[in-house]
Amino acid sequence: MAEQILEVRDLVKHYPLTQGILFKKQIGAVKAVDGVSFGLARGETLGIVGESGCGKSTVARMLVNLERPTAGAISYKGEDITRLSGRALKAVRRNIQMVFQDPYTSLNPRMTVGDIIGEPFEIHPEAAPKGDRRRKVQELLDVVGLNPEYVNRYPHQFSGGQRQRIGIARGLALRPEVIVADEPVSALDVSVQAQVVNLLERLQDEFDLSYVFIAHDLSIVRHISDRIGVMYLGRVVETGTDAEIYDHPTHPYTQALLSAVPVPDPQARAHRERIILTGDVPSPANPPSGCRFRTRCWKARQRCADEVPLLAVPQAFPEGPAAHPSACHFAAEKHVVPAEGELPPPPPPPGPLHGGQ
Amino acid sequence: MLLEVRDLHVEFRTRDGVAKAVNGVNYSVDEGETLAVLGESGSGKSVTAQAVMGILDVPPGRIAGGEILFKGRDLLRMKEDERRRVRGAHMAMIFQDALSALNPVLTVGAQLGEMFEVHRGMSRKDSRARAVELMDRVRIPAARQRAGDYPHQFSGGMRQRIMIAMALALEPSLIIADEPTTALDVTVQAQVMDLLAELQRELNMGLILITHDLGVVADVADKIAVMYAGRIVEAAPVHELYRAPAHPYTRGLLDSIPRLDQMGQELYAIKGLPPNLTAIPPGCAFNPRCPMAQAICRTDVPPLYSVTGTPARRTSACHFWKECLGG
Repeated sequence: MAEQILEVRDLVKHYPLTQGILFKKQIGAVKAVDGVSFGLARGETLGIVGESGCGKSTVARMLVNLERPTAGAISYKGEDITRLSGRALKAVRRNIQMVFQDPYTSLNPRMTVGDIIGEPFEIHPEAAPKGDRRRKVQELLDVVGLNPEYVNRYPHQFSGGQRQRIGIARGLALRPEVIVADEPVSALDVSVQAQVVNLLERLQDEFDLSYVFIAHDLSIVRHISDRIGVMYLGRVVETGTDAEIYDHPTHPYTQALLSAVPVPDPQARAHRERIILTGDVPSPANPPSGCRFRTRCWKARQRCADEVPLLAVPQAFPEGPAAHPSACHFAAEKHVVPAEGELPPPPPPPGPLHGGQ
Repeated sequence: MLLEVRDLHVEFRTRDGVAKAVNGVNYSVDEGETLAVLGESGSGKSVTAQAVMGILDVPPGRIAGGEILFKGRDLLRMKEDERRRVRGAHMAMIFQDALSALNPVLTVGAQLGEMFEVHRGMSRKDSRARAVELMDRVRIPAARQRAGDYPHQFSGGMRQRIMIAMALALEPSLIIADEPTTALDVTVQAQVMDLLAELQRELNMGLILITHDLGVVADVADKIAVMYAGRIVEAAPVHELYRAPAHPYTRGLLDSIPRLDQMGQELYAIKGLPPNLTAIPPGCAFNPRCPMAQAICRTDVPPLYSVTGTPARRTSACHFWKECLGG
């Protein structure tokens, strides 16, 4: 097994809910993240999927230390970064960088592209000597597929896809080992999404990066990830390799999520069962007892309200592809996504005309 | 035919010149039929819908030509008060962002009831009762209690249901839904889409579904019109379009989305960016991004070719639709 570069143990983030102005007293907490554990190996991509409010973005922010966890540990190469401060923290941060969702608000409109991409060098001057920075910035622009002559332009002169490339160049500037990407393509148009996904994959090979890729789009997550964690209301409900999760899901929430993905092929309709959940995600300030998914689950029984299911390989599946951690008392395999080759392939991409005019 | 848009042109005056947002769009919807209008941002899909509903911002917008026939009568030639009556009773629109489309300082019951007071002259009490009925119909739990709540007290999916209820209130014959599920989570998206499709069948309405998501469309539409730079580049019954696209843009789009059932190597990506609408390239607007482009594509605007060899009506605005269709 490859070297574990990041190790997250029982991560918890509660935001206090207070009452009163002068004498604030805590009346509860929004349990945004409530006991999340996972590991990330070198060169690997871990996809985290879930609906809004499941805590996936809070996890991302804790990984890059934009939020301090309430409890739990994040180990980077064996060192718990949640306890670091000052110089030691700064050194670690250099190696874990983030790419944000919205390329319109995550770039300062008053800074030129050169200043935006060069800013990490101001904070970490040891990464590049002053005279060398401009050349480095131009190199980065070239790496992400933008014209190096654009260094003096401002963000508003670029389209959404180009801005996301600028955000990626900034994330790459310090040659980090881990990049945390929070919904990096969901604000982009379909035809541009593919360009950015391909860029991320190429950069991973080129710079030996490890990704934590957070998204709500299950098709893109499958495309880019080696392993996947499915989150629901602050907890991981199922983890496994992409084939285990997509072809052999055992948690009812994963199954519902997969069956709800609109497949761009009307023929696929006949090949799959739709599971339509009732109701909405409950509030993380007041999550249901026991299994948090039970209020929307068609399998829920009394046991689900009394007992919190642990994220572990279900006893019913000691081996085989269904033997991966799933937090359900009644885990059962269900085939919701047509297997590869079961459907006719899409038409091949258009190519140049031969013998045309 | 319920609605027929013929050769519609819409322009916007901007600082950088005239932006041609819609350049000769033709489409039609019949009763009980679902037309999906698919396109990226800036393709003109929403502007076309705004022109149909008569909610275009004029100025800077301007309808530069064309006809919009609703049950055979041209909406663009109607007097404003007549058009308002037609629109109120027979057409309705569902917007993407329900939170900003609803009035934050009125209860949802009051907003739904207002429809009956204004258009049907009902008393306040009767109209409230109808509002609760509607909320029941779109499956909002405990409708009677919740009618007194304000929009911010509802979740995203529930708010979108209220928007649907409002659109259905006067039992219109045409509903235009502009990205109705884009702001929602996948599991809620499926609920809302199913509800919309079911009510449409029940009431035999015409539905125009505007979206950028090829996946959402596949499940519910009867036919699809793909827009690019203000034109419909391909129109076809849904099954045929997915099986064998007749325009390189459609083909590129279908190939650029990863599929759940297929492990990807590298994704196909359409190169370049959509054009600036103030400077649409001459010839075919897609030619700078098209892998099949030839000399003729840079000079001659392709007409809408009739794609033969298929039983249903299909059109493609590509000089080389045959080659595209054939692989």
